[in-house]
Amino acid sequence: MAEALLKVDSVTKNFGGFTALSEVTTEVKAGERFGLIGPNGSGKTTLINCISGTLTNDGGSIIFDGQDLQGMKAHVRTAAGITRTFQIPRPFHSMTIIDNLKIPLEFVSASGRAQTEIRDEAMSILETMGMAEKADEETSGLTQIELRKLELARAIAAKPKLLISDEAMAGLTGNEVDEVTQILINFNEQGMTIIMIEHIMRAVMQFSQRVICLDAGQLIAEGTPDIIQKDKGVERAYLGV
Amino acid sequence: MLQRYRFEIGCVVALLACFLITQVELNRFYYFAGFAILQYVLISTAWNILGGYGGYINFGTAGFLGLGTYVAIAMIQWYGAGIIEQIIVAGALAGLLGLGIGYITLRLKGVYFAIATLAIAIVLETFVNNWDYVGGAAGVSILPPRTPELLGITIVDRKGGGIFYNNKEWLFFLMGALAIASVWIARTIEFGKLGRGLNAIKDNEEAAECMGVPTLKLKLIATVISGALMGVAGAVFPSYLTFVDPPTAFNLEFAVNSLAMPMIGGTFTWIGPVVGSILLGTVQQVAIVTISSEINLLIIGLLLVIFVTIAPHGIVGWFMKKNK
Ligand SMILES: Nc1ncnc2c1ncn2[C@@H]1O[C@H](COP(=O)(O)OP(=O)(O)OP(=O)(O)O)[C@@H](O)[C@H]1O
Ligand SMILES: [Mg+2]
Repeated sequence: MAEALLKVDSVTKNFGGFTALSEVTTEVKAGERFGLIGPNGSGKTTLINCISGTLTNDGGSIIFDGQDLQGMKAHVRTAAGITRTFQIPRPFHSMTIIDNLKIPLEFVSASGRAQTEIRDEAMSILETMGMAEKADEETSGLTQIELRKLELARAIAAKPKLLISDEAMAGLTGNEVDEVTQILINFNEQGMTIIMIEHIMRAVMQFSQRVICLDAGQLIAEGTPDIIQKDKGVERAYLGV
Repeated sequence: MLQRYRFEIGCVVALLACFLITQVELNRFYYFAGFAILQYVLISTAWNILGGYGGYINFGTAGFLGLGTYVAIAMIQWYGAGIIEQIIVAGALAGLLGLGIGYITLRLKGVYFAIATLAIAIVLETFVNNWDYVGGAAGVSILPPRTPELLGITIVDRKGGGIFYNNKEWLFFLMGALAIASVWIARTIEFGKLGRGLNAIKDNEEAAECMGVPTLKLKLIATVISGALMGVAGAVFPSYLTFVDPPTAFNLEFAVNSLAMPMIGGTFTWIGPVVGSILLGTVQQVAIVTISSEINLLIIGLLLVIFVTIAPHGIVGWFMKKNK
């Protein structure tokens, strides 16, 4: 298969005396659909924070697209091609939906282009998400799924090589989960590498080509969805025995 | 055509109005009150660039303003600098002060920035109190030039040979021009990339950074522009007052008003601080004559509480909602 787009090598993160990540090593290949699972508090979001640059890892290295990310600010990483969503959606609440998308477009993917072009770009992304008719609405009136979709749409507007989706499906109904999964598959087919963090096993197993499982900050399993689903360690981590 | 340049035409009309007012020989009190109000338009607009657009509260307006005032005094003492030179240097140094404070504290959470700005007015005032060259704690008297010139043109001449009849009128006009310029700058920022980035920072800084907004850089730019404009507002003070002491230059009222006026007018758009300062500035000037100047902080405090609870988006926000 293709070469590694992201190499996480012995990444460690401590909060005071508490070790949230302990020497995590893994690779994500270009074009891959990659699943990241683990029980609550196992360090999934912390790993994403270290990759996206909102936290600095205390040990180990992260290489993206051949470039060491050490000391690189989050916005530079976004420009380099890594964009993440937030587990709890963080819309720009004083802006309309389309203006939310215009921020990454204006600052990253369509930097220097005319406002009308940026608006067209944002509109076409909203269309693929089925949110075009909401473009000029405020974010305050959005439903749970719309908020999740906006969070994804805004990240996609940055045109990332690697999209990291942190629990984009939490709180959604079965149909909505399928809808969001399909959206992510569509973007993957256009060449976007995607890391999906998810508690909804059905979705993450259906989506991913490869899955890793974290437990208490340690990587305990890595493999295809089939292998992971049969893994005794993963089962134990989730059942808490 | 006219629609499109409505704002620019408005600026020219306002500038002309300021000029005409200086030519009608009003009672001196009106120039004094007008000067104070225009100065507040400038200060509030400056404050709002960082506080309103970016959401970073600056409690140190008096520090930036006082720095501008004392830079101007030092330049007058040193070589009798002209007012335009004073404005440029005061603006540049106040901008540098913003850069320094911003660089140290803007990496941290907003609270630390607010606390640091609160401290600078106190530090600077203490420093000036002990600096005799600019008058120290006792203050200093400034003798403005009798017939100032600008690019070879006589600006003020009591005998009628200049554009203005006296210095107060000229400085009133100058403050008007500076206030209008600041509003123009704020509006340009608001409708540009910087303004949109600052708004994203205000809404959610971490999300903004992750969406590619260089948050620290934008905050620093805003702090420098905001601080520089406050320094400019301070630079005109010595020539206007002709006597300045530290309690006047570093008056806490500047800090309170510069944040209350935009908040009451509406912080999300350029016109908010303008409305806030004209309205509250007028109320305060009337209160000074009819009651006392001590009542001003009470008035502004009460209004601030009322607005924050009833109309959190200020007067402008309240009207815009009604129109929807
Ligand atoms: N900024 C922080 N300061 C201190 N502790 C933190 C911080 N962020 C995370 N932690 C702790 O690190 C551990 C891992 O948290 P993390 O958010 O990465 O878990 P997670 O796998 O994303 O969990 P969930 O599935 O609930 O989202 C938790 O025990 C959490 O309390
Ligand atoms: Mg998490």
